[in-house]
Amino acid sequence: MSEQIDQALARKYDAGFVSEVESETFPIGLDEDVIARLSAIKGEPEWMLEWRLKAYRTWLKMEEPDWAHVDYPKVDYQSISYYSAPKSMKDKPKSLDEVDPELLRTYEKLGIPLHEQEMLAGVAVDAVFDSVSVVTTFREKLEEAGVIFCPISEALHKYPDLVKKYLGTVVPRGDNFFAALNSAVFTDGSFVYIPKGVRCPMELSTYFRINEQNTGQFERTLIVAEEGSHVSYLEGCTAPQRDENQLHAAVVELVALDDAEIKYSTVQNWYPGDENGKGGIYNFVTKRGLCEKNAKISWTQVETGSAVTWKYPSCILKGDNSVGEFYSVALTRGRQQADTGTKMIHLGKNTKSTIISKGISAGRSNNAYRGLVRMGPGAEGARNFTECDSLLIGDQCGAHTFPYIESSNPTAIVEHEATTSKVSDDQLFLCRQRGLDPEKAVSMIVNGFCKEVFRELPMEFAVEAGKLLEISLEGSVG
Amino acid sequence: MLSIKDLHARVEETTILKGLNLEIKPGEVHAIMGPNGAGKSTLGYVLSGRDGYEVESGSVEMDGKDLLDMEVEERAQAGLFLAFQYPVEIPGVSNMEFMKESVNALREARGENTLSSAEFLKKAKEACKQVELPLDFLKRGVNEGFSGGEKKRNEIMQLIMLEPKIAILDESDSGLDVDALQVVAKGVNSQRDGERSFIVVTHYQRLLDYIQPDYVHILSKGKIVKSGGPELAKEVEASGYAWLAEAEAEGADA
Ligand SMILES: Nc1ncnc2c1ncn2[C@@H]1O[C@H](COP(=O)(O)OP(=O)(O)OP(=O)(O)O)[C@@H](O)[C@H]1O
Ligand SMILES: [Mg+2]
Repeated sequence: MSEQIDQALARKYDAGFVSEVESETFPIGLDEDVIARLSAIKGEPEWMLEWRLKAYRTWLKMEEPDWAHVDYPKVDYQSISYYSAPKSMKDKPKSLDEVDPELLRTYEKLGIPLHEQEMLAGVAVDAVFDSVSVVTTFREKLEEAGVIFCPISEALHKYPDLVKKYLGTVVPRGDNFFAALNSAVFTDGSFVYIPKGVRCPMELSTYFRINEQNTGQFERTLIVAEEGSHVSYLEGCTAPQRDENQLHAAVVELVALDDAEIKYSTVQNWYPGDENGKGGIYNFVTKRGLCEKNAKISWTQVETGSAVTWKYPSCILKGDNSVGEFYSVALTRGRQQADTGTKMIHLGKNTKSTIISKGISAGRSNNAYRGLVRMGPGAEGARNFTECDSLLIGDQCGAHTFPYIESSNPTAIVEHEATTSKVSDDQLFLCRQRGLDPEKAVSMIVNGFCKEVFRELPMEFAVEAGKLLEISLEGSVG
Repeated sequence: MLSIKDLHARVEETTILKGLNLEIKPGEVHAIMGPNGAGKSTLGYVLSGRDGYEVESGSVEMDGKDLLDMEVEERAQAGLFLAFQYPVEIPGVSNMEFMKESVNALREARGENTLSSAEFLKKAKEACKQVELPLDFLKRGVNEGFSGGEKKRNEIMQLIMLEPKIAILDESDSGLDVDALQVVAKGVNSQRDGERSFIVVTHYQRLLDYIQPDYVHILSKGKIVKSGGPELAKEVEASGYAWLAEAEAEGADA
């Protein structure tokens, strides 16, 4: 079987096309002037520019981290363009009819029609193309419920006080190298605000698309759930197939006030590079949520793309009885490298966290889980359960687990379970003997392995995720 | 229906099957007995095309087609079914999903419509009842945490669902209690329709009381050394395989 796996690693990447749109793109390079121009194009308030510049100055003093189990040539931050937007977006189209049809076609091709009547019922979409948001659907319906869902650039105009109050409170400007860079140059992303006691009437989702060459994508998402509110949010990502590596350094901040609940799901399918590791997205992301009393934040991620992934969606369980969850499927193949996991920081009493991580490695890829569970001195009766399973396909790939546990409270309980298994010849043979072709067999076995995580995804997306895995696994058995 | 001629096959460096001949007509039940290590399971694997089992010489035709030329799944699609001696677990994949994929893969290969969920469910429930497995086994992971006997019944359930042309049962009776043995035999008998053929590998004559074979063959050291009717199984039960050594010694003298 291993020979068969060795053979075919020709990968199919459905989202690899390039859209022909005329763009306004900054020349490459980064300095304070670039940041000022970017802020001016977006018509940002003065304080925002100040905030960005402070982040930039902090970033200049920082070193790119190298502790992750990934290996890539250092990024030259002066050879990237920090802003690119379709020219047609300059006059700010008021409705879908005014949006460049080529842009709409791009999303249609990706299976995300933006005309409301064609959309998945009950899902509102913010479509971000390179550095700008193209359209946000179902706005009126959401406004009726008092929910704000708009590009963060727009929120800076319309709701500056809300943005100012929360931006950088969960992921501070100088949190880490990539977060500082993002704070300096972030272009767009989504802003979500759910008022007190409101259950958001539909799924919210943002779809990120990188199109231009040599541009970085630096999106910023901020979700605030007021007391007792509830929201489920999903992000999806794709990029064209290019030989050069491209940088995606996002920051996501979640604020769940007392009794609020935020469910954040990601289906990440950035271009992973070819089988020899040429091209692909560097995905360096900081995601963190803050839970106040009785609040709950649940991260679910299905990561199949990117050449290099560096990502640790985390929860700060500040309020008593708050709950953090992390459900993750990370699939690597070809030469992909993923170092992903979570941090659960227990500060409040009786806080609970659950971590279920499923890593699947095929080809010559490397897949690492890195997780921190910290029980602070005040975390009386806190509990964590971690389950970390790795599945290997073939014998040239690697799976690694790096659990860190720090407990300063003797009443806190931390449980950790880890397993490593292989797709066995016996299992493959059984499936094939029952008439399934080897690819179908592997994808079924892998889907079974991921079941506990897929269960956490919103219905429509669970199906999508299963299909995505199937496509990603194509050619991983001979 | 199945015609095996002078089959030689090896696993890794060891030749296990050394000139095996077997002719099976539609509707026939052939029992294969023989000492441990004789090559009975190997025969099942070679016929189903398992990786690592290499045919050195000889031929196998099924319905006039060269079986050895086909991939594992193509043989299954052509109607060959193997009930495993040691069924393997597939965690997280429910029996139901597994069988649905499987049934539909076979149907597609035959150019038939795939079954709707409702149609499939009905069929699956019936098969479950026939082998007396509680319905919640459909929701459990394939063989995940099943007892030895439950795994064997689950194999027969798959046989019933997949309606093969020829089924090879590799010790489907081992590890079964008396009642389960009858359940398995009943399940198999329900599938005897005068067209479907069976190769029943067993160590015990008792199974053959329930599943009446047309022929009994003794496999030893990779060859069929004796064939007969049901009475041959009774002989084996009574006197074991000691005579094999004698026969072999005589063979060497001659
Ligand atoms: N991978 C392998 N490498 C070497 N020898 C093998 C391998 N697999 C099987 N064999 C050998 O082939 C011979 C036949 O094995 P097989 O499983 O077919 O026997 P069997 O007749 O089914 O026995 P049992 O009644 O115990 O089930 C045995 O001697 C076994 O050790
Ligand atoms: Mg055997």
